[in-house]
Amino acid sequence: MFALETIAHRLRQGCQTMSYPDGPAPALPDRHGGALRVDSARCAAGCDACVPVCPTRAITRLPGQPVALDLGRCIFCSACVEACPPHAITQTNDHRMAVRGRGDLVLGKPGEEEVRLAAALDEKLRKLFGRSLRLRQVSAGGCNACEADTNVLGTIGWDLGRFGIQFVASPRHADGLLITGAVSRNMELALKKSYDAVPPPKIVIAVGACAIAGGPFVDHPQVCNGAAAVVPVDLFIPGCPPHPLTILDGLLRLLGRVERRLPP
Amino acid sequence: MNATLEFAKLGNATSLPWADVPEWRADEFVAATATELDRGGRLCAWFGVPEGDGTRLVAVLAYDTDNTLAVGRSAPVKGRYPALTPRCAQAHLFEREVWEQHGLVPEGHPWLKPVRRDHGAGPAVGEFFRVEGREIHEVAVGPVHAGIIEPGHFRFQCNGEEVLHLEIALGYQHRGIEEALAGGPHRATLSQMETVAGDTSIAHATAYVTVLEALAGTEVPLRAQWLRALALELERLANHTGDLGALANDVAFLPTSAACGKIRGDFLNLTALICGNRFGRDLVRPGGCRHDLESVRAVQLLKKLRGAVAEVDEAAAWLWDANSVRARFEATGAVSAEQAVEMGLVGPAARASGLVRDVRFDHPAGWHRFAQIPVAVWPDGDVLARARVRWLEIQRSGKFLEEHLAAPPEGEIRAGAGQPAADTLAVALVEGWRGEVCHVALTGGAGRFRRYKIVDPSFHNWTGLALALRGQAISDFPLCNKSFNLSYCGFDL
Repeated sequence: MFALETIAHRLRQGCQTMSYPDGPAPALPDRHGGALRVDSARCAAGCDACVPVCPTRAITRLPGQPVALDLGRCIFCSACVEACPPHAITQTNDHRMAVRGRGDLVLGKPGEEEVRLAAALDEKLRKLFGRSLRLRQVSAGGCNACEADTNVLGTIGWDLGRFGIQFVASPRHADGLLITGAVSRNMELALKKSYDAVPPPKIVIAVGACAIAGGPFVDHPQVCNGAAAVVPVDLFIPGCPPHPLTILDGLLRLLGRVERRLPP
Repeated sequence: MNATLEFAKLGNATSLPWADVPEWRADEFVAATATELDRGGRLCAWFGVPEGDGTRLVAVLAYDTDNTLAVGRSAPVKGRYPALTPRCAQAHLFEREVWEQHGLVPEGHPWLKPVRRDHGAGPAVGEFFRVEGREIHEVAVGPVHAGIIEPGHFRFQCNGEEVLHLEIALGYQHRGIEEALAGGPHRATLSQMETVAGDTSIAHATAYVTVLEALAGTEVPLRAQWLRALALELERLANHTGDLGALANDVAFLPTSAACGKIRGDFLNLTALICGNRFGRDLVRPGGCRHDLESVRAVQLLKKLRGAVAEVDEAAAWLWDANSVRARFEATGAVSAEQAVEMGLVGPAARASGLVRDVRFDHPAGWHRFAQIPVAVWPDGDVLARARVRWLEIQRSGKFLEEHLAAPPEGEIRAGAGQPAADTLAVALVEGWRGEVCHVALTGGAGRFRRYKIVDPSFHNWTGLALALRGQAISDFPLCNKSFNLSYCGFDL
């Protein structure tokens, strides 16, 4: 009976895997807001209302300078969006926000209102990893939310395996690391050893505000303020935690499997 | 001897002046605490408060059947005091923690070693309990594990396949949360509370704001209390569903594993429907909630909830029907009711050993004062029992949500938070999906935190996992581990 019921259920359910990236991306929750955009030209002179409301001190405004918002530190609470009377900081509802360089997450200067999305790996690495990427996940002071939403990519809805991307049990089997957490001092050595155990050439992906910059724990003496303090990072995926769609977009972008942002 | 002194009684989510907390000499305080625990009290928290060049010990106890909490403290003590652990084993990690944080030596503690401290090379460097013998071998696992999972170190003493003893060394995730709270609340405090254990954001955030509200005497609007209770059950549904899937996966029963992995995400998306974040970040705020659940949204939520619950129903039915699953779950990793009481286990792990122990029922606060959920209990203490308790709770949480989504209280969603009172102690317990989340705050003269103690349910329950492994095949460790599914970061803080 069980076997029959299971087969019947499967037929009823059909294929559960989303059509993205061939089809449209699933919608973000309407209250999510997506990546932020900073139009510092709209900032009122001398206004720094957004600066003190940011829990992770991701926003700074030096005298005479445009406001600078570091999306790497951002935990997407949107307190700054609410605090900004002239709407210089706005939500774009865009899930895409992975970048290659840490500086590409800093918003505010003219021409740098939004994140500068990640370029693909160079030709040689794309040839190696483009259709088969094995990652070792290392949680180093993570709260289990980034870990959970990375795990989600392995479920039937997302099916990361269809892109040839897989999480493996040992760094020896891996092409790179996917790191979550602020990198606690107590995990520093284990992270270094895991990195060293990955055979070159290798890539490192930092997922979440903690792994990029320490997140809510930035500047605690017990953490290293993110993965880049310990190992070189090739891809930064912001969020607290990033939506699975944001993580997937980042991975595919790195492998050159989704288009770069089209010019407006 | 202060024979006439009694612990100060208080309810969950209330506060009392620090001066009203009765004080004993340290040795008498340990004896008085032991007497209370022998009488059926339970240790929710045991921690130090520095004062002058000494440290006061503070105990927060729960009398579950009387629906009350109690608190007592010692006079400042330096150097050493007679340990509570030899009389009450549930204090063992608490006393190690006090020793680590304040340097107070609990004399007579049978296994005094750090809880989270780094020795420069990771927390697991140091002495481990060893079994000696020609056939005995030791297996060391972690900190980095095979799956997408947090780090921790497990040290097994084995005779062949059989585990004689398991010692668990954690601390890898230590981010200094309690230390940072001194002098708080700070700008980042709420987001730190939401990430104590990121899969328990609603429970920890609710405990935190409840403490603040108790300190300030804030009356939280009913509608906000209602919404917090709904979010708490959604958090439970997502995690319990994920756990059923993970348990199925560990016995290679893929239909349930595949289905539950997806349905878990559906539940997370329901939380995101309320606040935009799948883990409930930025929903709970001091004085209320940040977002409302308008009726249109509530209708949408209810419809999706029904669909997801029906799907778990089906996926779980396959699990219970399969003989191969029952064979692996039954009698694996059993923890007796006596052990569960002795070690002070909480949450589904305690209820699976037959204990009727649930904050929502025993110490109702917020919305649970008006709406309780029957306590889900299973008697056997094994992996099957822990799975069955989760299953019962999924059903009951689903019913609770159906019922309460249909009857929302009207009104505001947020009140002014108010200023925390000075020199006051407040306690909040919340039944998170893993069990009792306990937050205790003590304010100083300016109403800022002088000491803040967080006890994640995992702090009580890791010892339960170690006990469950005794006499088991080491190959059953992943299954036993999954049946507890404890938090590393919640323990490490």
